[in-house]
Amino acid sequence: MTTRLLRSAVGLGITSAVLTLLMFRFKAPLAAVFELSVCSGLISVVFISTISLTQRVDRARLAVRRKERFGKFWYLPILLIIATIFLLGIELPAFNLALKTNISEVRDIIWNVRHLDLLGQMAILLAATLGVAMLFKQK
Amino acid sequence: MIEQSVINLFGIFGIFVILVFLVGIYCLLVTFNLVRAIIGIEIMTKAITLLLVLVGYVTGNSAFTQALVITLIVIEVAVIAVAGGIVISIFRIHGTIDTRKLRNLKG
Repeated sequence: MTTRLLRSAVGLGITSAVLTLLMFRFKAPLAAVFELSVCSGLISVVFISTISLTQRVDRARLAVRRKERFGKFWYLPILLIIATIFLLGIELPAFNLALKTNISEVRDIIWNVRHLDLLGQMAILLAATLGVAMLFKQK
Repeated sequence: MIEQSVINLFGIFGIFVILVFLVGIYCLLVTFNLVRAIIGIEIMTKAITLLLVLVGYVTGNSAFTQALVITLIVIEVAVIAVAGGIVISIFRIHGTIDTRKLRNLKG
């Protein structure tokens, strides 16, 4: 069950990444960056934490699994090193002027037209923080 | 005046948005697992996000919809964080997240 749930969470993260690509295609770069960092990253982390915290823990089985896991993913550090060398090696294209104009338009709309949204966002984040704090409050 | 090709694009991606939304509803209806139910809500939100971006592209008002999408993402994060906390609390109290076994408030 856990593996299937984890696959679902990872699949959701990949869906967010694909949505990010679509957003770039539809000329919404700022929203795309938000989607990639928040939805693909943060929400995946929240899901994986929730899944790992809602499973029954059998300590002996966990120790065996931990050993197996390290054996299974021996190639990950090598992949990470290769990916780092590759990403540092490639030359990224410079942003064009149209993209800059678009971002400044978004900034103007957020700060001048939809400034009440920012207050709403702050209120929602505060409410969520308080909600989570209340849920995990120790007696 | 909106070009015909853009309207066609809206049609194609509009169907895609509807399909993604239906997948979210299906996920919510079929599953008994609370984590999977949250994933269903998340998929539905993804469909709405795509629709907003698509409408912004078609109408040429991309900047305005981006502001809305950013607000939507913030709300999404807050909802998911609280929902995740509720799921963990339910698991601590009842020892399960299967909705068939959570019958304490059943009348």
